[in-house]
Amino acid sequence: MRPTHSGTMSKLKNKKRNLEENEDEQLPIFDKDGGKDGHLDDGDEDQGDLSDSEESVFSGLEESGSDSDDEEEEEEDGSEEKSSDVEEDKAADGDGDDQLSAKEVIEPQTDGQHSKEKKKKKKAAGKEGGEESVASDRDSGLQISSQVDEYEHDTSDEEDIRNTVGNIPMEWYKDYPHIGYDLEGKKIFKPIRNKDELDEFLDKMENPDYWRTVQDKMTGADIRLSDEQVDLVHRLQQGKFGDVNFNEYEPAIDFFSNEVMIHPVTNRPQDKRSFIPSLIEKEKVGKLVHAIKMGWIKPHRPKETTPQYYDLWAKEDPNSILGRHKMHIPAPKMKLPGHEESYNPPPEYLMSEEERLAWEQQDPEYRKLSFLPQKLACLRAVPAYSRFIHERFERCLDLYLCPRQRKMRVNVNPEDLIPKLPKPKDLQPFPTTQSLVYRGHSSLVRSISISPSGQWLVSGSDDCTVRFWEVSTARCLKTVEVGGAVKGVAWNPNLSICLVAVSYDDTVVLLNPGLGDRLVCTATDQLISSYEEPEEVKDQPVQWAVAEGEGHEQGHRLILKHPKAVRQVTWHGKGDYLACVIPDNGSSLQVVIHQVSKRRTQNPFRKNKGLVQCVSFHPIRPYFFVATQRYVRVYNLIKQELTKKLMANCKWISSMAIHPGGDNVICGSYDCRLAWFDLDLSTKPYKVLRQHKKALRSVAYHRHYPLFVSGSDDGNVIVCHGMVYNDLLQNPLIVPVKVLKGHTITHDLGVLDVTFHPTQPWVFSSGADGTVRLFT
Amino acid sequence: MGGLQKKKYESGSVTNYVSRNKARKKLSLSLADFRRLCILKGIYPHEPKHKKKVNKGSTAPRTFYLLKDIRFLLHEPIVGKFREYKIFVRKLRKAYGKAEWSGVQRMKENKPAYKLDHIIKERYPTFIDAVRDVDDALSMSFLFSTFARTGKCHVQTIQLCRRLSVEWMNYIIASRSLRKVFLSIKGIYYQAEVLGQTITWIIPYQFAHDHPTDVDYRVMATFTELYTTLLGFVNFRLYQTLNLVYPPKVKHTKCASIKCVFKDMHLHISYQKLSALSASLARTVPLVEDEEAELDLFPAEGVSDRQLSYIRMCCTLCRCFGGQVSWDKSLCIGSTYDETDETITHHIVDRPTIDKQYINRYYIQPQWVYDCVNGKILLPVEEYFLGVTLPPHLSPFVEESEGDYVPPEKLKLQALQRGEKPQDDDEEEEEDDDDDDEDDQSEDEDEANLAEMEEKRAQGKSLSVKVTPGKVKPENRMRAEQEEKAEEKRLAIMMMKKKEKYLYDKIMFGKKRHVREANKLAAKRKAHDDSNKADKKKKKKKC
Repeated sequence: MRPTHSGTMSKLKNKKRNLEENEDEQLPIFDKDGGKDGHLDDGDEDQGDLSDSEESVFSGLEESGSDSDDEEEEEEDGSEEKSSDVEEDKAADGDGDDQLSAKEVIEPQTDGQHSKEKKKKKKAAGKEGGEESVASDRDSGLQISSQVDEYEHDTSDEEDIRNTVGNIPMEWYKDYPHIGYDLEGKKIFKPIRNKDELDEFLDKMENPDYWRTVQDKMTGADIRLSDEQVDLVHRLQQGKFGDVNFNEYEPAIDFFSNEVMIHPVTNRPQDKRSFIPSLIEKEKVGKLVHAIKMGWIKPHRPKETTPQYYDLWAKEDPNSILGRHKMHIPAPKMKLPGHEESYNPPPEYLMSEEERLAWEQQDPEYRKLSFLPQKLACLRAVPAYSRFIHERFERCLDLYLCPRQRKMRVNVNPEDLIPKLPKPKDLQPFPTTQSLVYRGHSSLVRSISISPSGQWLVSGSDDCTVRFWEVSTARCLKTVEVGGAVKGVAWNPNLSICLVAVSYDDTVVLLNPGLGDRLVCTATDQLISSYEEPEEVKDQPVQWAVAEGEGHEQGHRLILKHPKAVRQVTWHGKGDYLACVIPDNGSSLQVVIHQVSKRRTQNPFRKNKGLVQCVSFHPIRPYFFVATQRYVRVYNLIKQELTKKLMANCKWISSMAIHPGGDNVICGSYDCRLAWFDLDLSTKPYKVLRQHKKALRSVAYHRHYPLFVSGSDDGNVIVCHGMVYNDLLQNPLIVPVKVLKGHTITHDLGVLDVTFHPTQPWVFSSGADGTVRLFT
Repeated sequence: MGGLQKKKYESGSVTNYVSRNKARKKLSLSLADFRRLCILKGIYPHEPKHKKKVNKGSTAPRTFYLLKDIRFLLHEPIVGKFREYKIFVRKLRKAYGKAEWSGVQRMKENKPAYKLDHIIKERYPTFIDAVRDVDDALSMSFLFSTFARTGKCHVQTIQLCRRLSVEWMNYIIASRSLRKVFLSIKGIYYQAEVLGQTITWIIPYQFAHDHPTDVDYRVMATFTELYTTLLGFVNFRLYQTLNLVYPPKVKHTKCASIKCVFKDMHLHISYQKLSALSASLARTVPLVEDEEAELDLFPAEGVSDRQLSYIRMCCTLCRCFGGQVSWDKSLCIGSTYDETDETITHHIVDRPTIDKQYINRYYIQPQWVYDCVNGKILLPVEEYFLGVTLPPHLSPFVEESEGDYVPPEKLKLQALQRGEKPQDDDEEEEEDDDDDDEDDQSEDEDEANLAEMEEKRAQGKSLSVKVTPGKVKPENRMRAEQEEKAEEKRLAIMMMKKKEKYLYDKIMFGKKRHVREANKLAAKRKAHDDSNKADKKKKKKKC
């Protein structure tokens, strides 16, 4: 805003200036300055500056305020400052006048000359504001030099007219006699200086003005500073304002005050457009009016006439009940609180210390109660429940987020699930109590068999003995030692022959126990000894030998040596054929059938599929049952073909028994199942019973009574009623009737073999505890 | 084989369901709006029977809505209102941004509003349906009515909830339909029978709420919006059925004492009076009532908001069953008679002692009222006197079936209800026990003496052979029969099919657990009683 610089300003800051001018137009405060702006170039400095006093106040203030602004501008282009002294002075004059006018109000008026000088100083002060290095720099005008330094890096087109070398380091002329060139191109010689240190010293001591003498670098001349200049330097050194008369603490005047001025700030007449109504607005209003007319816009929402609540169900319409409502699954109601939620519950509903700890450690999701039951002495002591809002919120979430599903609740009386079976009482007779225990064996009794008369019992054990017992007294009548752990014993079912097949290791011995009718025994012996060797001896897989000597005395009659260990022996119903199982996976010789009367051995199968577990003859017809791990194959011995293959639906068959009628088979398996096959019905089990807790070891049918029995590793013998009807349409009736307990479990083995008495409803069982027990 | 090849997941149950996101896209709503719509319209996700089929082979957890439900939502007019409101908010924001205050004012005046009447009518086509579903509405409305002005919800909502809940309570009193009350640690449960429907709701104790941060109040507000509408209509209709004026007015004879200059003030006070629940309501058809002369009075020292709420609760009860209630005038507006009234029979006090006592009335603790309501008889007041340890407060909602644990207090109550005289079991038992103990002690001593004497005798002669008399095994027929039956059952269970066995085992497991829990409670109780008795004895001995 300072008039001095507005000229330069105009170059670069056109815009800004325009803006300012605009402001000037509007704001009379700056009017004078604006006027000055225009007039400065003409040198018309004294234009009515003393005339208006009020405004000058503002302009003066403006100047002091805008000092820094000026400097900024000067930094941008300092061209004017580079101009000659004269110009500078002149400009300063103008400035001075201007500022003088500004100062008039504050200080009493002085004469023009004085004001001029003062102006100069002030100008310098103004320019050099913050810089301290100013004083020592360039020569000629102190002000100039100071200013030059300020614009050290500026490229200037106006040079110092005293020395035209320009802005160069003066030490380049160090070795020359001259120091530069003047305007006419003549050398400016350095002043003759032969001052040495001594001269310098003397000068210092003698010259009273030495301290105020400065060397001008451009001309090399010594200059003596005037009093004013020294004063200025002092003031600047002290950090004071350059101008002596400048008062930094002038009272601030709020010229955008709340006081309303009487007169307008500008005298500008109002625009025409301020009188004419706006077309655009008219258009807008028109649109709105139209919209209101058409009812598109309602200036005010119509008041609700209906009350907030009324009888909503006044006209209940049964038709309004849609299918939706029938399909609707109503949300279940909140669970009603129990005693434990009471503020004063009975003491048993309070949690004990351990329960409380467990509750606290449980995940909140899995807690049975969402709160800790508390007992409070009286109603006034009940505290706030902190999770109340949570619970309401969770209920809300449940209502709108939880998927709902209609679930049919099975409301079954568990008693109805139990099948209705005939009472065991009505199915008697069957063995119910343990009546005799046959003790004597020292190791597990693997196998037992009963004589066809039902008088004697034979048992084979791991202690390498075979014992013969009298059934009714539990007396051991005879003990026969054999050469290994006995795997199987089988009494010949023929009443007229007294023979027992005993298998141990790879041997099967036919024993004549010599019990019972003497005639029968001797007949048996005779039968064996009367054998005549045929003419042509066939090659047989088994060696037949007649026992002699000590063995014969013990009762051994025939000894059959097999290639491998024999596991099971079983007689044909007639008592002539004897089948042995030699379990050996992959071998063709797993089952052999011996004919005792002819001492002949047959290998019925060229190939066996799987590991043979047990074999059995059909009681009536010429069928032969072979049980492998998972299947039971039924062969017709006459036709020599496979007639049936029964799928047992279990992992490993352990034992098998054929119903005396011949149409039903039961299989026990190591995976705790007992499968009943009806051969007429299907090759799949008619019924699978899972009654035992552990592997089944043995199963047996009674010869006359509708009973069958199973012995298992859990030490139990379960007797079942298994009625087979002659009517083909009626399925067998299977009812478990009794669980017989008695055997103790040793080495994880319980009952190893079970067998029925041939005529009585009695069952014998042999166990791993070395006993044989009779249940009647 | 001709015909097009069937594609997977294009027919069958897949076509009946639609996932939430698809539904949202079909309705072109934001998730928030969709939720709001679902809440208001009562649309909930369905769990398909075969989730994998519906989920197109994937097992990812996804919520499914019925496609029919979503189609039903398509025509809902309220969706348009949602959009209108959204536009309104946008316009308002713009106007604020431009500082067009007049525009803001105008817009606020024309704020789009929607009504839920049609939704209520549609969701509950008959009045009974609405009454049946009013449980949650009541609980929510009572909760909101206890809120302070914290900015969690609109003040208008709170006021509306307060009004509706007061109206409801007044209806319950007027219709005398309250059945059960339960003071739990969460709040007070009320159960009423309205038009044959059992309705249960909970009112929190009057405390300042500590508003949790993990609760979405917008969801709650939406529910409240629906519930207040529902409750308003239900109240209106219920008041109609009783020939009461809606909105309720206090009977004028009692109202006359209040003289107010300003209408607003008058309104306010009349509502306060209404919420005090002590006055009868004005009827459209005047009715002659015969009330039992049973009067209660509440204590009158130290007024606090909490006390007021308690009084209100108690008051509801008493009035529900035909009693008359009042309290000290200084406590709250609406007291009907004075403390010094001679006809007062019971004085309810919840403080350890009271200074000035009148002779002709019982001073009892508030639990008495609740227990009486639940027991449906006037219980003996002795156990509820001031400063006495109260008997346990039982939940009236528990209905014990066979085999459940029944607390002894309940048994006692049942005996009272049957009209049997309460017997002081404890004391008698104690005496008996004492006697027994003494007897036992004496017997023990006798035995010890005998043994000693025998020993002394035996020392003289030493016998090497012992003869032990054989014992006769008593044949217990009953037991044998039972055993037989048990065995039969065991055997029959063996013959069960696998599927049935599984189900049977499951049922039996549940039953056994039930029995175990009952036994545990019984054992706990026994231990507690024993320890109590021991303590008492000790005290007696010390005395």
